[in-house]
Amino acid sequence: MKRYFAGLVLGAALLAPLVAQDAGNAQNGKKLFLKNGCYECHGTMGQGGAGPRLAPRPLAAAALIAYVRKPGNGMPPYSAKVMPDAEVADIRAYLATIPEPPKDIPQLKP
Amino acid sequence: MAQPKKPVDRRGFLKGAALAASAPLAIAQQVRVTAPAKVTENAPPAADPRITERPGADFMMDVFKALNFEYCFAMPGSSFAGIHESMINYGGNSAPEYITCCNEESSVAMACGYFKIEGRPAMACAHGTVGLQHATMAIYDAFCDRVPVYLVLGNTLDAAHRNSEVIWLHSVQDAAAMVREITKWDDTPQSLQHFAESAVRAYKIMMTPPTMPVVLTADTELQENAIPPNEHPRIPKVTLAAPPQGETGAVNEAAKMLVAAENPVIVASRAARTPNGLKLIVELAETLQAGVVDQHRRMNFPSRHPLNQTLRAGVAGKPTTGAPVMEADVVLALESSDLYSTVRQARQRNNALKVISISSLDLNHKSNYQDFMRFPDVDLAIAADAEATLPSLIEAVKRLLTDDRRRAFEARGAKLAKAGQQAQEKARIDAAYGWEASPISTARLSAELWAQIKNEDWSLLSDTFWIREWPLRLWNFDKHYQYIGGSGSEGVGYMAPATVGAALANKKHGRLSIAIQTDGDLMVANGVLWTAAHHRIPLLTIMHNNRAYHQEVMGIQGLANRHNRGIDRIHIGTKIDDPNIDYAKLAQSMGVRAEGPISDPRDLADAIRRGIDVVKKGEPYLIDTVTQPR
Repeated sequence: MKRYFAGLVLGAALLAPLVAQDAGNAQNGKKLFLKNGCYECHGTMGQGGAGPRLAPRPLAAAALIAYVRKPGNGMPPYSAKVMPDAEVADIRAYLATIPEPPKDIPQLKP
Repeated sequence: MAQPKKPVDRRGFLKGAALAASAPLAIAQQVRVTAPAKVTENAPPAADPRITERPGADFMMDVFKALNFEYCFAMPGSSFAGIHESMINYGGNSAPEYITCCNEESSVAMACGYFKIEGRPAMACAHGTVGLQHATMAIYDAFCDRVPVYLVLGNTLDAAHRNSEVIWLHSVQDAAAMVREITKWDDTPQSLQHFAESAVRAYKIMMTPPTMPVVLTADTELQENAIPPNEHPRIPKVTLAAPPQGETGAVNEAAKMLVAAENPVIVASRAARTPNGLKLIVELAETLQAGVVDQHRRMNFPSRHPLNQTLRAGVAGKPTTGAPVMEADVVLALESSDLYSTVRQARQRNNALKVISISSLDLNHKSNYQDFMRFPDVDLAIAADAEATLPSLIEAVKRLLTDDRRRAFEARGAKLAKAGQQAQEKARIDAAYGWEASPISTARLSAELWAQIKNEDWSLLSDTFWIREWPLRLWNFDKHYQYIGGSGSEGVGYMAPATVGAALANKKHGRLSIAIQTDGDLMVANGVLWTAAHHRIPLLTIMHNNRAYHQEVMGIQGLANRHNRGIDRIHIGTKIDDPNIDYAKLAQSMGVRAEGPISDPRDLADAIRRGIDVVKKGEPYLIDTVTQPR
């Protein structure tokens, strides 16, 4: 059985400051994040799984769109036919609503 | 001249009585209506010819006792009923004790788990036909995972003695043929003396690295008929071969390369066969102050040792392009399962990289199944058992040490310790993301469990790949029995029985056995829950219930995207929902105390506490937790 989908390297983050951010619809984005199977690799809160962490502080919308069209490291490409730009922007908006994780969790003390 | 009358043996009598009967029930019915032998008035009645007080299987039991098997894992089957009956009566159901399994695949997988904890093999019995067909995937697991399993198959070779349709269907010319490519040795003994010698030979071959499963076919006639009065079979002396050590010149050369290296890295896969193997790898690493990447096919190196660089190598620590190997100028691979992938990118980056391999797999010559992976470029290959070679390698390294090299090693060790510490801190930070998620994150599940067990004598028996290796990233593993790796062949249906077999081995040591059990795997072999309850095997099973064959979800998703068809149908054939399976009820139905499903992470700690209480009393317990996909 192949073990793949090691992850999505966020090299595209370098592009983030260069593109304008799209507000998107976070509520719709959450639905799409689940419906489109993003959570299968990245977790329902974008915390990471078989793929890397996406939230909080996601890539800017344009960078995220560019990445999902031609991803690296085992992530399958999502064409505009499968996931239009507006949907990616909505997903990005959802990821932006996810809060920072709690600090000083007792169960995570060494 | 009249032919001498052949004595009627027990099996022949039964079969003769059955005549054309086509099922065991029919045989029994016909035997019942057979008229009793006529008894003359004053003479004692003739003994029923079916009585056989010293069957061949009793001698077979003597052989199994000489081999010191603690357990025999089996689902009952008529072709080895002679062995079964002798085991429970003549053998007293002790050493070996019969462990009732619900599927032969589970029998063999339980034997695998048992060995990986106990360090000595168990036996498993199966029909030579329908039982072996069930058992085959687990045998392949054992083969790929280099686990010795002693498999005894029942068969009726003599066609003249197959007097029912069922016996014909359960007979085969060459029972072991089906698994010959995935076992190390097999035989079909024709006499009890032959049986004894082949039984001891099989054991010796199985236990000599590379360790692998073996098959012994026990004929029904040999099992059930009386030991001929003029035969006095003897059991040969059981003496195991010393494992193969590396040739001295090659070991010295390896030591030179390692001492001269600026950044040597030790990559260990199935290296630590025993607890001593772990100690030896620690000694070698500390002598060299070299980093270690544990590929976790066994518990090779303490997870929080300052020289452990596994977390820097990548999440899995398995074949990787991670930093420790990429930075290395010499890689020492110990029983590597995929050396090609381990060093491929590092070789592309650094032409001067030297690779040393110590592996007993160089002594393996099977060809059909492709578990040997791509052929790696190696600069020094030592065909030997790594654990057996380590003492001489360590001594050779020590002989070459100079003050200058020691100073260089200390500086290297300090640097590695800092990098390893940073990687551990990063893992704890990463685990906090998704902390409040429902379904429960696998990091939280692992952290909540660690908080409850860290002061116990615990043993994690399940493969952590499916939960992003979180226990290996967060917990303090420092004992050989605390982790046993995965299945070997990545076949689904191994984990549940292997964890129960391993928990059985832990039982007498009083260890707290834990498994984080994937849902799809349990559905292949959930009969082991009953086995655990029936035999009072203490094991805390926490379900990683993501309600899917999640690896395949991602696989279909990837293909659907590549084919630009959308992913709205990828749930077909990959999800385990509609209806959701209630694993607590499933476990309860088989006598295992259980609770769940639990979706709120805040409910987890109390459930784990309740589970540990029950397990400490000697019983299995299952907690169904609904989890994130990974």
